Amino acid sequence: MDFLFITQQSLSAAIGVNTIIFALAAIGLNMHFGYTGLLNFGQAGFLAVGAYSVAVSVVSFNVSLWVALLIGIVNSIILALLLGIPTLRLRADYLAIVTIAAGEIIRQVARSATFNKTLGGSDGITGKFGKEFFDLNPFTAGLDLPFLRFTPNDLWVVVVGWALVAVILFLMWLLVNSPWGRLLKAIREDEDAVRSLGKNVYLYKIQSLIAGGVIGSIGGFVYALSRQSVQPDNYGTALTFFAYTVLILGGAARVLAPIAGAVIFWFLLVFVEQMLRQAVSAGYIPEWLIGVNQVGQIRFMLVGLGLMMLMIFRPQGIFGDRKELALDARA
Amino acid sequence: MHAPKSNFKEQAQAAFASISAVPGIAKPDPIIIANNVRRQFGGLTAVNVEHVEIQRGSITALIGPNGAGKTTFFNLLTGFDTVNEGNWTLNGEQISGTPPHKVARKGMVRTFQLTKALFRLSVLDNMRLAARHQRGESFIRGLFPAIWKKQEAEITAQAEELLTRFKLIDKKNDFAAALSGGQRKLLEMARALMVNPEIVMLDEPMAGVNPALKQSLLGHIKDLRDDGMTVLFVEHDMDMVRDISDWVIVMAEGKIVAEGTPDSVMGNQAVIDAYLGAHHDLSLEEGR
Amino acid sequence: MSSIAFTLLTSLFFSAIATSASAATPTYIQGTLVDSTKAPIAGVTISATGPNNFSGESISDASGKWKIEVPAAAVYQVSINQEQLPSGQALTDPAKAIIKANVISLGFDVTILFPIGPGVEKATDLERSAQLLADGLILALVIALAALGLNLVFGTTGLTNFAHGELLTLGGLLTYYLSAVVGLKVFLAIPLAVALSALIGGYLQDKFLWQPLRRRGTGLIAALIVSIGLAILIRYFFLFIFGGDTRQLPEYAGQAGLALGPVSITPKSIITSSIGLAMLVIATLWLSRSHMGKASRAVADNPALASSSGIEVERVIRAVWILGATLASFAGIMVTVNQGVSFVMGQDLLLLIFAAVTLGGLGTINGALIGSLVIGVSIQLSTLFIPTELKYVGALVILILILLVRPQGILGKKGRIG
Repeated sequence: MDFLFITQQSLSAAIGVNTIIFALAAIGLNMHFGYTGLLNFGQAGFLAVGAYSVAVSVVSFNVSLWVALLIGIVNSIILALLLGIPTLRLRADYLAIVTIAAGEIIRQVARSATFNKTLGGSDGITGKFGKEFFDLNPFTAGLDLPFLRFTPNDLWVVVVGWALVAVILFLMWLLVNSPWGRLLKAIREDEDAVRSLGKNVYLYKIQSLIAGGVIGSIGGFVYALSRQSVQPDNYGTALTFFAYTVLILGGAARVLAPIAGAVIFWFLLVFVEQMLRQAVSAGYIPEWLIGVNQVGQIRFMLVGLGLMMLMIFRPQGIFGDRKELALDARA
Repeated sequence: MHAPKSNFKEQAQAAFASISAVPGIAKPDPIIIANNVRRQFGGLTAVNVEHVEIQRGSITALIGPNGAGKTTFFNLLTGFDTVNEGNWTLNGEQISGTPPHKVARKGMVRTFQLTKALFRLSVLDNMRLAARHQRGESFIRGLFPAIWKKQEAEITAQAEELLTRFKLIDKKNDFAAALSGGQRKLLEMARALMVNPEIVMLDEPMAGVNPALKQSLLGHIKDLRDDGMTVLFVEHDMDMVRDISDWVIVMAEGKIVAEGTPDSVMGNQAVIDAYLGAHHDLSLEEGR
Repeated sequence: MSSIAFTLLTSLFFSAIATSASAATPTYIQGTLVDSTKAPIAGVTISATGPNNFSGESISDASGKWKIEVPAAAVYQVSINQEQLPSGQALTDPAKAIIKANVISLGFDVTILFPIGPGVEKATDLERSAQLLADGLILALVIALAALGLNLVFGTTGLTNFAHGELLTLGGLLTYYLSAVVGLKVFLAIPLAVALSALIGGYLQDKFLWQPLRRRGTGLIAALIVSIGLAILIRYFFLFIFGGDTRQLPEYAGQAGLALGPVSITPKSIITSSIGLAMLVIATLWLSRSHMGKASRAVADNPALASSSGIEVERVIRAVWILGATLASFAGIMVTVNQGVSFVMGQDLLLLIFAAVTLGGLGTINGALIGSLVIGVSIQLSTLFIPTELKYVGALVILILILLVRPQGILGKKGRIG
């Protein structure tokens, strides 16, 4: 059992690209669900829109990367409006189902053969669309420490990514502690009360949906740029559900919580995988119980189990306040 | 603009003395006029009000047995429910079909049968939420504390003044969930005042409130009228109705069956029939 | 240690073969064209295109064989000239007319299969509509069986159960296990699988998970998320046990369809659909006539009132879970008998089930049935206008559009507007 390797992999993952992506997805969800009580189960769709906007704009339309990023943000605003206008009148359960449907529509269209000239079909789009970003990379060597390991490109993504997360969190902190944020929290609890005080609840819900959606699509940017590839099946409902797991783990309705949740989630995911893999290879776990190829599946079983345990025994997550719990409400 | 307090009660009583106790009677200075308001649920007609007017600056009680349609009528007037037909005006302006938040902004504020104090906000935040002009409530401006900090301070001062008046000032930083049932009612009333309404519609303000607090609430309601506001409230507590209302409207099975001063209504045969017919075990004859 | 040596030796062996092969022998993409009766199809052109402007062709010979030589290891697009197929024969899935052949390295041929079946290719739109309508009704039946249980659980407990799809997979996988692994005849495996699913997915699930959560006072949104976690857990458990491939039952796998007018249905489809329809009818009759059934509807309407009327709410909920699991597992079995089962079967259908239930109105039984009908039929009929691969998208778009106009669904009760 090579514990040094396991630790290195796990720590690298804990602050690595995937954590940043899921942190951004969860921050967006925090805006929707944590602070406004919107059951958006289509967050993967926002990441997809961000990722595909970048890839398609650069690869098919030869647009500069920076313009492509702007296009991505505009597209996610449009998606939020398309999604919000019909659905924000619906009850929570209906909203959940409709947003899943929307996310699935996006994924199915993205992987369809009909549009595969522009969208790449089930193989997605692979190309050097991140070139302008990686040209700015000042790191010639990566990081090769005993506890952390990053390639030069990954290191650049990680540094820029965390800086981005910091800026977004700061803005979110400002918003959440402003009168606007107070309105959201009130809406989360009782929309009619807020209406009776003269506030246009609908407008605020749309604004929240847009804000969280844009943050989600920035997560999509990171996803696409880090791998220089966009695969439609990466943006399925599993992504949304894992983002929720991250959010709840950290503690919904706490500004910093999605970070904590993402870091811990990815650390554990990689740690458990590496431990199991090595334990099976070394023979500590018999082959008939778990095959080497099945380690990935065990990981996800544990995610499902973990989510259940979280919701049952500690729904406020690690940093949430039980009193402020958004998740206790009877719908 | 506000005359000395006692004038409003006298004005109201004088106004009502000039009209007869007939359902749908016109009022000398109506703030709300409603016509042919009908709400049906499947085969059931919940509300069927031909004509009603609410006198400005008075305390009007809306009473009737359970299921008479009082809360539904409230919901319809304030935009929380949509009518099958009917129209009504506030200060002469047509507001039928207006969404509830706009109705509130026009000056008609309501409270709810089951208190909607926002439990996960502090008492002070509950109050600050209701303020009408806080620039920080806009998304962009919310990002810049410099823009809204000063207004926040003003709003907080106004809120604290109201909280002091309602004797909730000590609880200002507690979560609203920590308040007792009666205190939540007070909070809801205080919060409604932050909106600077013209007419306050209270849906069963006494429900679930202990007797000691009832007197306090009664006093606050009278203060509302004495500050020039119109009050319309739904109640089952006949003592309270008799104590403070200037005028009483009685609903049964969706219709208005009687109107008049508290005394005239209490002895009205139609009213007694309505209550007894609905098996409402209430003795109207008994004194306090 | 010895395993490492073995791996090294075998890889050396294969790389030796590879290097020797690439030098001399040509590499082909090849296949054999046969129709649904396994008879060879001759005279059809197969073409392949690849990188560096490669293109090649081959015409299938008398035994149906064709092969195209390729110059390099790459991914090639292989297509078939459908016009040349004999009348009555066509690709079973016209959308899969171009298949990718991944030649990993020279010296290793790649075999491509073009599934051919009795063609509906030359069918008129009317004939196609009839077939699609029949398919749509069968799909609607599958969805309805699953939707009824989902709706009942929602109605009586308020839970939106995201793990409901796994009940379908459970039914299918148990049937597969009992017949393919244990060796029972399929017609015995099916009722046993249904019974086991009712026990595990209905009785035990309520007894050991949902009832304790209800007692704890767990909120509905929290329960919804718990069901998501449960779905993930179960689905990956299925993957763990059964692997990722689609499994076919050992019997009835390749049945030919009976021609009933313009419509072609396999006998197994007729039988399973009839049983499914009977189950659906019995279930709805049970709900409207029997004591327990009426009690269920009372609880769905107003649990507090039902309880104070003497109805044992917990017993009703248990019965509802068992009924739901029974119907859902049979729905999964219907799909398994006709198309096989994989660990994602339930998840794939879950969205459609939700669409049907939402469309019809959450919590209303007739709504679930109407919604299933609309979704099932519209999915299949939509392929007349939109590409087959996007048919689910069409259904979801219909869902969103209808909710735009009627937020409570077709038969749902209106909440407060505003």
